[in-house]
Amino acid sequence: MSTPDTPSSEREGSQRERASSERESSQRERASSERESSQRERGATRAARQALAPVGPAEERAWEYAPAPESRETARLRESYGMFVDGEFVGSDRTLKTVNPATEEVLAEVAVAGPADVDRAVAAARRAYDEVWGPMPGRERAKYLFRIARLVQERSRELAVLETLDNGKPIKESRDVDVPLAAAHFFYHAGWADKLAYAVPGRPDPRPLGVAGQVIPWNFPLLMAAWKLAPALAAGNTAVLKPAETTPLTALVLAEIMQQAELPPGVVNVIPGAGETGAALVRHDGVDKVAFTGSTEVGKEIQRALAGTRKRLTLELGGKAANVVFDDAPLDQAVEGIVNGIFFNQGHVCCAGSRLLVQESVYDEVLDKLRRRLTTLRLGDPLDKNTDLGAINSAEQLARVRELSDLGEAEGAHRWSPPCELPDRGFWFPPTVFTDVSQSHRIARDEVFGPVLAVLTFRTPAEAVEKANNTPYGLSAGVWTEKGSRILWMAQRLRAGVVWANTFNRFDPASPFGGYKESGFGREGGRHGLEGYLD
Amino acid sequence: MTLTVGPPATYADVVRDDATLRRFLHGLPGVDQVGAQARAAALATRSIKKQSKQWALDLAIRCVDLTTLEGADTPGKVRALCAKGRHPDPTDPTTPSVAAICLYPDLVAVAKAELAGSGVKVASVATAFPSGRASLATKLADVREAVGAGADEIDMVIDRGAFLAGRYLQVYEEIVAVREACGGAHLKVILETGELSTLDNVRRASWLALLAGGHVIKTSTGKISPAAAPPTSLVMLEAVRDFALSTGDRRGVKLAGGIRAAKEAVRYLVQVNEIAGPEWLDPDLFRFGASTLLNDLILQRQKERTGAYSGPDYVTLD
Amino acid sequence: MRKTYKLYIGGAFPRSESGRSYEVSTPDGRFLANAAQASRKDARDAVVAARKALAGWSGATAYNRGQVLYRVAELMEGRRAQFVVEVGDSGSPDAESEVDAAIDRWVWYAGWADKVAAVLGSSNPVAGPYFDFSVPEPTGVVAVLAPQASSLLGLVSVVAPVVATGNTAVVVASQARPLPAVTLSEVLATSDVPGGVVNLLTGITAELAPWLASHRDVNAIDLTGADPAQAVELERAAADNVKRVRRAPRSEPDWTADPGTGRLAAFLETKTVWHPLGV
Repeated sequence: MSTPDTPSSEREGSQRERASSERESSQRERASSERESSQRERGATRAARQALAPVGPAEERAWEYAPAPESRETARLRESYGMFVDGEFVGSDRTLKTVNPATEEVLAEVAVAGPADVDRAVAAARRAYDEVWGPMPGRERAKYLFRIARLVQERSRELAVLETLDNGKPIKESRDVDVPLAAAHFFYHAGWADKLAYAVPGRPDPRPLGVAGQVIPWNFPLLMAAWKLAPALAAGNTAVLKPAETTPLTALVLAEIMQQAELPPGVVNVIPGAGETGAALVRHDGVDKVAFTGSTEVGKEIQRALAGTRKRLTLELGGKAANVVFDDAPLDQAVEGIVNGIFFNQGHVCCAGSRLLVQESVYDEVLDKLRRRLTTLRLGDPLDKNTDLGAINSAEQLARVRELSDLGEAEGAHRWSPPCELPDRGFWFPPTVFTDVSQSHRIARDEVFGPVLAVLTFRTPAEAVEKANNTPYGLSAGVWTEKGSRILWMAQRLRAGVVWANTFNRFDPASPFGGYKESGFGREGGRHGLEGYLD
Repeated sequence: MTLTVGPPATYADVVRDDATLRRFLHGLPGVDQVGAQARAAALATRSIKKQSKQWALDLAIRCVDLTTLEGADTPGKVRALCAKGRHPDPTDPTTPSVAAICLYPDLVAVAKAELAGSGVKVASVATAFPSGRASLATKLADVREAVGAGADEIDMVIDRGAFLAGRYLQVYEEIVAVREACGGAHLKVILETGELSTLDNVRRASWLALLAGGHVIKTSTGKISPAAAPPTSLVMLEAVRDFALSTGDRRGVKLAGGIRAAKEAVRYLVQVNEIAGPEWLDPDLFRFGASTLLNDLILQRQKERTGAYSGPDYVTLD
Repeated sequence: MRKTYKLYIGGAFPRSESGRSYEVSTPDGRFLANAAQASRKDARDAVVAARKALAGWSGATAYNRGQVLYRVAELMEGRRAQFVVEVGDSGSPDAESEVDAAIDRWVWYAGWADKVAAVLGSSNPVAGPYFDFSVPEPTGVVAVLAPQASSLLGLVSVVAPVVATGNTAVVVASQARPLPAVTLSEVLATSDVPGGVVNLLTGITAELAPWLASHRDVNAIDLTGADPAQAVELERAAADNVKRVRRAPRSEPDWTADPGTGRLAAFLETKTVWHPLGV
């Protein structure tokens, strides 16, 4: 890391001077400073670490956690799953095989919806809207949603294990994050169904839009289904949902839960398939509203396709979020925020903190802590309760992550991963940190959607804002500083739909989520999220 | 562990006066309370089973300072506790002994006699435990008596009033004086984190105690609530980790007060492992100050051995 | 087996410390039960219990409160038959509909818990470099004089909005029709609502009301069920510690109408916070 020659603020300049002279002489008279401790640490750290090298082979000293696998049987996996149309599960002459990305084994066969199936699903949704769901009073719709929420809670373990098998994410995440949040979304939106008069100021009697065509990604399969279905239904719409090609199973069990809740047929339809099925759905004339979460590229296609139609659209697309760490950040928690920001869900998160912008004056300290912290990350069997980092969702995604990482190296960034044993079957990628990255590197601009962090530096808050905003994306951002006014100043200037201050990756059904610029438009969650489903 | 008194060379000038010491302590990175709680909660989800659980239970027992600190303590009570500490489970001789017995200074001699040849240490509280509200002369006399009676370890309390009033140098100098009075005995410094109230204060008090030469920083006297808690231990483990990284000197952590269940103890060991490092999984560097915890550790150990849940009839009450 | 109708204070069911009880009958005079006749000391104890429970209840997340209250509705559903009998005995012309409406009303308020802040709060565009926001917060311990005529729907309509927002309540049930209220407190006791969040007193409204209206550790009072002859006096007494008062209506409201957000907002304070924006 080079020290820039260009003039900088007085305070930062004198800190850097102090740091370099300290390395030369430890007898130097120190001027008083609030940041003395970090200067001190940098000087002594390397020598001290050597003195601390554990004596004896690592195996004798380490405490190995025994495998703690969750039971696979809990998922009640079936050999085949039908699509859910008009209240029933039906087969198809075309099927896809869904695979466990951690082992590459085939989990099940799933019916694929062709154009005729899409037609039937949309027709069923239309009929249900016209005859049943549309006329139904909000307090009755609410009861179905409460029931669905309860059933998700009751079947939470089954859903969590199934999600881990189908997606590759660690069981502790599906158990502690995905499934509880999905239930919460249904609870929260159930409460709106009979309060729509209060949802939009100035609109005492908002009406639903009709039939919603919804396409969701593979990174949070059940949760994304909840994010889409709950508000649509609460607002009085009916829905046709297409889950992602590689992760259809939990959406289909959710459909089963809706059957158990005696949701009237046609209100929700789930049609698995790949890109073609999604395209047929969003272009269908019978659809009044399209909601899409996925890649920016496909989002743009959809926006183009819907031009000139009456269809309403919301998009939740990609991101390349900046996680900004200032020199007065609560450093240990900031490191947790960095780790969570890019390695939670293997980095398969649209709002992942994939760019670390660290203030130069604390660069060494933060990177030392980060590297040390990454050595305690546990990568492996997603069904093991102690696993932190699971599998990459598919061979395609793995290829993309590899390609961009190789490109990063070729561009001249420095690549590092903690020592990590990758299983020999399945799709795996170690947590990876690129340093010496600059804005012009593709690794700093392109969304990797994997456990790959690009580290850049900045000198001043203004520069941090500039670099953070210097992207076509604008989904989220992180700010780490103990100074309140700076948090608010940054939040005001960051062009991002979600700003996390001294935290990261926090989601709540009451909190609106969505992006600026090419990260999409529209919000999900909160009062604002209802507007996309109301006229 | 180094035996020099006073701060390591790296930090020598930080303690030259109150203002400098305050700037140093206040210049340490802040602790975000919610973030610290979240990390502690995440670590608590570790599932420790089978062989790794058995290992942890044994380690936990080896790290216990079996404690009695009651006005009603008698030589008889102390002797019973010593016997328990040497052989915690009469039904299973493979059960390790505890690290130390912890008691008031006037009973040190009794414990020393009982534990002779056992390897179990005698730790004495001192310095007007638990409040610490007495003159320095009184507190040092307290220490010297305990050391004179044969205590291997001294658990002192810091002056929380002085700390909260910002008189950091005074707190520091008292710890240094106590450390000198300890002679060869190891010094544990009780921060009484429940009274310090914020995690920022826990971090500052930890560093202050380490600079002053404490071998071990300890959460609580066990006489007030809250005592040991996961975010607090997390911050203290970070302190000894960072201190070791910058000086090469490993110091220890002792958690005391309110830890009753083996499950909690194992969770704390996970923290030690993942925050400070595996080198700290050792009675020299980590202790639990506890009384009822030992029996729950034994019950869990019995369950691991026999495969069946055990009950209170199968552990001794001393 | 006949049930004993007791008070509900701090999560327990004590008889009145005065030992008194009074007769409850149907409107046409058929004896139903003896209900505890609460004294001023019971009222005092209820306020203590409500105050004690406040920190925990208002400190819970709104989502959690919503979940807990939703479960109460589930348990009410389970007790539906009993409620129908008691509401019928209290003279309701259509007990089944009233009970259904009461459960729906409770569910409605449960769903408000995690939405009030979004609807009643705001971020305020002040003319300066400050982030300025206003949040609603519970006022504290609320005394509620439940309506005299509507023994369940009316009761639910005055109690649920108070606790959904994080307040705790001391409720004086309808004097002549207290039995559904006691059954409701049994529902609360077996739900996850912490003891002390809702406290229920049965007895003579005019005897208990002045003690609550003048109580300095009560933050607000809902005079809906007040004896009309006493209402003004109660309002005056409430001024002693500047209580927030919801005045007695001229006549008992139509509880089937859409409640709006009035009762939710009535027991909320607004806290406005300023923070500079700057590096």
